[in-house]
Amino acid sequence: MIEIDALTKVYGDTTAVDAVSLTVDTATITAVVGTSGSGKTTLLRMINRLVEPTSGSVRINGEPAGEMAPHLLRRRIGYAIQGHGLFPHHSVARNIGAVPRLLGWSRSDIRARVDELLTLFDMEPASFRDRFPHELSGGQQQRVGVARALASRPDLMLMDEPFGALDPIIRARAQDDLRQIQRKLGSTIMLVTHDMEEAIRLGDKVAVMDDGRLLQYAPPAEIVADPATDFVADLIGDTERPMRFLSLVPVSEIVEDGPADGTAIDSGASLRDALSASLWTDREALPVTRDGTVVGRVTLEAIRARAARAS
Amino acid sequence: MLPFGVIRENRIVLGEDVALWAMAPPWAVSVTLAAVVAGLAMGLVRSRQWLRFAGSLVGVGGIVLTLTIGARALLADAGELARVSPAIGFWLLLLALLLLMADALSAMRPGPGARFAILVGLLGAFGALLGSGALMDLSVMQEYAGRAASFWTAAQRHVALAIGSLAAAALVGFPLGILCHRRAKARGAVLPVLSLLQTIPSLAMFGLMIPILSWVGASVPGARAIGIAGIGFAPAFLALFLYSLLPVVSNTVAGLGTLPPATLEAATGMGMTTRQRLMRVELPLALPVILAAIRIVLVQNIGLAVIAGLIGGGGFGTFVFQGLNQTATDLILLGALPTVLMAIVAGVLMDICVDLTRRAPKGAAP
Repeated sequence: MIEIDALTKVYGDTTAVDAVSLTVDTATITAVVGTSGSGKTTLLRMINRLVEPTSGSVRINGEPAGEMAPHLLRRRIGYAIQGHGLFPHHSVARNIGAVPRLLGWSRSDIRARVDELLTLFDMEPASFRDRFPHELSGGQQQRVGVARALASRPDLMLMDEPFGALDPIIRARAQDDLRQIQRKLGSTIMLVTHDMEEAIRLGDKVAVMDDGRLLQYAPPAEIVADPATDFVADLIGDTERPMRFLSLVPVSEIVEDGPADGTAIDSGASLRDALSASLWTDREALPVTRDGTVVGRVTLEAIRARAARAS
Repeated sequence: MLPFGVIRENRIVLGEDVALWAMAPPWAVSVTLAAVVAGLAMGLVRSRQWLRFAGSLVGVGGIVLTLTIGARALLADAGELARVSPAIGFWLLLLALLLLMADALSAMRPGPGARFAILVGLLGAFGALLGSGALMDLSVMQEYAGRAASFWTAAQRHVALAIGSLAAAALVGFPLGILCHRRAKARGAVLPVLSLLQTIPSLAMFGLMIPILSWVGASVPGARAIGIAGIGFAPAFLALFLYSLLPVVSNTVAGLGTLPPATLEAATGMGMTTRQRLMRVELPLALPVILAAIRIVLVQNIGLAVIAGLIGGGGFGTFVFQGLNQTATDLILLGALPTVLMAIVAGVLMDICVDLTRRAPKGAAP
């Protein structure tokens, strides 16, 4: 758990972060979204004290971060950044093992952990372990960057635009990977992004920042349905709002009894996917399955009604 | 046709030019001509670099053959003090062939190991040639024969000056460079001073050391006992040290300044201390740039150390300045040729080191 209390950073005349308070619950992802210059990166960097706050406090699992030695604090918190920041002169294995080595793990423990993480990220240890960063694709470099942040099993992770340098297709895959791994490990993650789509997709809660202030801190559905200010509404985008909303609601919420033909859709898929499928195949209703058995149908009319209620 | 050799009655008088065909018996001259023509012809084959390299070796072998045989033949008919040395024709041919060799080598792009092997091979061949005594009739070698002991003392002194001052500059320059990298204020103060030192002409610098170190030697207790005086080794060493500082410091600053910011942020963000970040990330990544500076300084120092001879610092410069005073060209060459050779060898060796550090990330074990 990360508790941020009235955290402020002032540079000369400008207030980069203005009295921001929020709490990131254990085993959740908080996505901080804002334009460049909104103070979101400064906020993140004050948590592991790459930036020292002007005032306010941060508590990590109840302990005040300001009272720990900065380098010891940082070793407890996984940190992944845009452009991965891998060490170009170290192999993949040495990059991933960097923090465990700082913590004094044994050689065999580090090796086992490196192989475990490479497997977790779908990279065959035998063929990737000894490669160097410049021999990897952009997506692989990014995965190694995240694997390195996870290496010492930190319960907290800070991520600054971790997927910013990836093309859209690889990015979607990387986001899914992160979601899965976070659920599996129960990590607490605070992630900074400029992309509202990414924030809604990844965040259990979304914090919207502008000009150093926290405008709204709420679950994604609430942000989309009820933006606190015009700025938040702008960031979501007027024309995108119904679609963003539908992407947050699973099919299971509006499943109903009745007949439907054609390819079925899983009850865990979003209404956005269901809408897309029914428009593309020109059907008024789709069969819905759960664990492979048909449990009912979802109709175009029901989807439309749900989208209308949101706005 | 330019003269190939010069014969003189003794080491000081003006000599008499000897043309190539008058230098040696006809068979040797024909072999030489054939070798030079063949070598240069092989050099024209642009597509086969090893053939061009071989051609340069054949050509050099040819001109050395006539030179050695010719020197012996000419001396047989001359007085006891007579000397033979290569003349402009020989030097021009040698220059052309060496240019061919260098061009072929750079086009072949040999790896560090291959380059080291070629260097050792060429030095070995040259050493064997010297050791065989075939060149002993040449005037430079006669100068050497009269001074063999002091030649090797001078060689040692030259190395001590060039490499010792570099080591001292590295010892001071790295920490200073790291400080300048971290603090803009220090950078603003240190780099202009070092640049200013660099602009002092070398003769003036060595001259300036004389009053400064005389004063230190006379007024600081114990200074004289460890050899600090206005002339000799200490002022020469200090002058070379001061010249070496700027390249070492500025390249350390440059090397540290070009590292990817994301890598440095990641290093700090994962919990490295400042020292760990420096030793594990920054210095290893800046190493190729820093080594490039060491290379420049080493080659520069080997050349500059010649001037140490002027203020009694020893080294090959001793022969150069003695030769200048006596207008004895051979003695000047005895100082200059080994200096040039040493500088070239040092340059090639350092290039190999720079390449090895650049390559390390690809081949190194985890």
